[in-house]
Amino acid sequence: MSLNELTVHDVHNKLVTGEVTAVEVLEAVYDRIDAVDGTINAYISLMKEGAYEAAEQADRDLSEGRVKPLTGIPVAIKDILSTEGVRTTCGSRMLENFIPPYDATVIRRMKEAGAVLVGKTNMDEFAMGSSNETSYFGVTRNPWDRNRIPGGSSGGSAAAVNANECIAAVGSDTGGSIRQPAAHCGVVGLKPTYGRVSRYGLIAFASSLDQVGPLTKDVEDAAVMMNVLAGHDAADSTSVPHPVPDYRENLSRGIEGWTVGIPREYFIEGIDPEIKAAVDGVIATVESLGAECRDISLPHSRYCVAVYYIIAPAEASSNLARYDGVRYGFRTSGGDTLLDSYKMTRSAGFGAEVKRRIMIGTYSLSAGYYDAYYKKASQVRALIKKDFDDAFRSCDIILTPTTPTPAFRIGEKVDDPLQMYLTDIFTLSINLAGVPALSLPCGYSTDGLPLGVQLIAHHFQEDKLIQAAAAVESHLPLEKKRPGI
Amino acid sequence: MEYEPIIGLEVHAQLLTESKIFCGCSTRFGAAPNSNTCPICLGMPGVLPVLNRTVVEYAIKMALATHCRINRVNSFARKNYFYPDLPKGYQISQYAEPLAEKGHIDIEYDGTRKTIGITRIHMEEDAGKSIHEDDGDYTYVDLNRTGVPLIEIVSEPDMRSPAEGAAYLRRLHEILVYLEICDGNMEEGSFRCDANVSVRPRGTETFGTRAELKNMNSFRNVQLALDYEIERQIDCLESGETVIQETRLWDAQGRVTHSMRGKEEAHDYRYFPEPDLVPVMISDNWINDVKRGLPELPLEKRDRFVREYGIPSYDAGVLTASRALADYFEVVAKVTGQPKTASNWVMGSVLASVKEEKIEVEKIPVSPDALGDMIIAIVDGTISGKIAKDVFDAMWQTGKSPRVIIEEKGLAQIDDTGAVDAVVNEVLIAHPMQLAEYQAGKEKLFGFFVGQVMKRTQGKANPQVVNDILKKKLSEQ
Repeated sequence: MSLNELTVHDVHNKLVTGEVTAVEVLEAVYDRIDAVDGTINAYISLMKEGAYEAAEQADRDLSEGRVKPLTGIPVAIKDILSTEGVRTTCGSRMLENFIPPYDATVIRRMKEAGAVLVGKTNMDEFAMGSSNETSYFGVTRNPWDRNRIPGGSSGGSAAAVNANECIAAVGSDTGGSIRQPAAHCGVVGLKPTYGRVSRYGLIAFASSLDQVGPLTKDVEDAAVMMNVLAGHDAADSTSVPHPVPDYRENLSRGIEGWTVGIPREYFIEGIDPEIKAAVDGVIATVESLGAECRDISLPHSRYCVAVYYIIAPAEASSNLARYDGVRYGFRTSGGDTLLDSYKMTRSAGFGAEVKRRIMIGTYSLSAGYYDAYYKKASQVRALIKKDFDDAFRSCDIILTPTTPTPAFRIGEKVDDPLQMYLTDIFTLSINLAGVPALSLPCGYSTDGLPLGVQLIAHHFQEDKLIQAAAAVESHLPLEKKRPGI
Repeated sequence: MEYEPIIGLEVHAQLLTESKIFCGCSTRFGAAPNSNTCPICLGMPGVLPVLNRTVVEYAIKMALATHCRINRVNSFARKNYFYPDLPKGYQISQYAEPLAEKGHIDIEYDGTRKTIGITRIHMEEDAGKSIHEDDGDYTYVDLNRTGVPLIEIVSEPDMRSPAEGAAYLRRLHEILVYLEICDGNMEEGSFRCDANVSVRPRGTETFGTRAELKNMNSFRNVQLALDYEIERQIDCLESGETVIQETRLWDAQGRVTHSMRGKEEAHDYRYFPEPDLVPVMISDNWINDVKRGLPELPLEKRDRFVREYGIPSYDAGVLTASRALADYFEVVAKVTGQPKTASNWVMGSVLASVKEEKIEVEKIPVSPDALGDMIIAIVDGTISGKIAKDVFDAMWQTGKSPRVIIEEKGLAQIDDTGAVDAVVNEVLIAHPMQLAEYQAGKEKLFGFFVGQVMKRTQGKANPQVVNDILKKKLSEQ
């Protein structure tokens, strides 16, 4: 097994024992990128210079006994996180040449934990998409089938983890953007509780929904990454000063005696039968581990897509107003007036999906429409959150499919926004409620595509999520298949 | 037909905090363009605001001073519009849930008092400054001011004349400066005012269509702009036209208002709750702490001065124009126990010198205790009131105490009867003609003899003693 195929905890052990060096691991990762990324297109930018410096520093630290949680671990960063001195595009022409003057808090935390930042991964433009097809830098291809999408918007991070172009990756999730690509690429993806991880330096799509989280090769790696990412940040007023446990502690505790809620609204007509079967397999495994699975209802589930597609575009229309070509980023030449310059810059700098959402959001916030749309959606959102609060009174976790179908073909839904929006039907509600959720590989389709199961916990119970996921992961009779690349 | 104007005012006051409202940048005025900036106030991708608590504290001060109801839970909202000096494309302000509502202040105009309602007070960030080249194609943007904290104070439409409007503004200005939360500098834009004005036939109830006036950067300009706009609206109605709802700019040079944008072009700011900030929670403890630290406000001080010191209300008005001057007066009044004399000196020589040398009250070189000592020297007859002016000037120049100056310059009054007696004799001998005329009945010459005695003693002779001796001598002759 070559070094780039290892997990975070494996690499860590080999580095600490001196079996390998951080530079060797990094070389293996960059060799792999050289070999496959021309096809996969997981990365927008590589950070070779800084990465080798960090790897060399890691080797010095290791030789002197200074070991931190991510010392020498090559991590890929979704290109939505601000990195000082390193181009940060957010998948958009608007920021094609934008070099930020500061690091996001999570970047600083990873650097302080010794991580080696490999590069910036591809994504849907401004995280608006479920397929990576809206990226200005070209679609990322699914490692299992190059004609299929990797999911989105953290498609680059998910593909890079599965294709072993990194050891672990970081993404962001506004309506499923970590979990859906994790399911489509056969990796573990965790969306933390809103407020658990700092958003400072995360380029905003929808501020009340965005959250940073890890994409990893197994559950233990997710725990290791969460130990570094989670925690209060004074620079983010919405981050919460809630104590951070050691997420690795509960990895082998099992779920005996737990109650697992199975919401009937998530097993709808039209769900792919193979996914249904795979999730049923997980339910059987959970029961075999001594947990009780219980039919529950999340009655406002049917409003999730509508609520999400009012709130997220509304916030986005405001968050993306700063891209006006005046201070940084793309600007068209010409335009006789200020208004012309704005119009031309924003028309050429943004792609179609971003413009669609800006228009929807601007409309729903407009005078005379605010009450009927944004305000009403906010009220329904409170009901959706209440559904989860009610359910967690009697359940330890909730279990659903992550996606209604396996990865679809490139081009299949790109011209049908409504179909595209429905691919996130099982993940949107989690962001609206602000609760944490994790997607875990749970099987394969007959076409050999990975399928994902979603576990959901109550606010700030990432530890329970990881505990349950680790139990399922170690007991699911899942054949280890290698991706197609 | 007779018309009645209806006026409401919106004031933006910059708060005197060290750092900006949502980041750590300095608020200092006059720094090199774009030097007081950071990724947060520049609106870089991914940055987030963090509320400066001192801003809330200052806003609570103003809310308490204007008798507002403070909303224990209030929140920020985004006001969306595009402009190059607004880096995020939205201003973080308060909208549906402002800091404070339903207050009032008393104004004094033409000797009568009137209560003006305060609709609301809210916190927000200032925008940057666009500097348009006079004769070129370029507009420059300076973002130093971006994120400087503001409070917006919105009045009820309670004012019925431009003079009342100006009185309201002066009172608001006075309160802000008294609270030491705003420097009140209108030229630098620390205190800015917009006006809503309409007219209606006197005796009717419904308001007319209003115009919003902008760009008035002095009290005088506010009054002039309101005068002009009221006349314009009345002319409109008189000539059978209708007043349209619009925003108008005051042109201080031309002394007219121009239409800037009509109702149709009015911005739709698409306000919605700011998701990057949590609601502001204000506890009773916090309010009580702020309340304890509040100074006495100008109008209360004015009333107290009249009551406590028995000085005329005109004097009290002048003396309470600033907190520093009022404090100065109070020390002088207490040291001397002579409030009216203290008031005369402070309003007279002290303010005249302040004005002449263009210094701030805080920097007066004569301490109030020293001035008090000097007044005591007048009262106890050590120096005459006339000599005191010289002593005061010397104190102002040298900073020395009045006793030292009197001593050094030998300015003490000559009370010694023998010494005065001798001088009086000299004067009478030196002016036999005047003496003869006086004795012939020209009694007006008494003053001449007094003057001569004062001249020979360089003004130091005690005038009472001179009078007594002179009267005695003249009757003896």
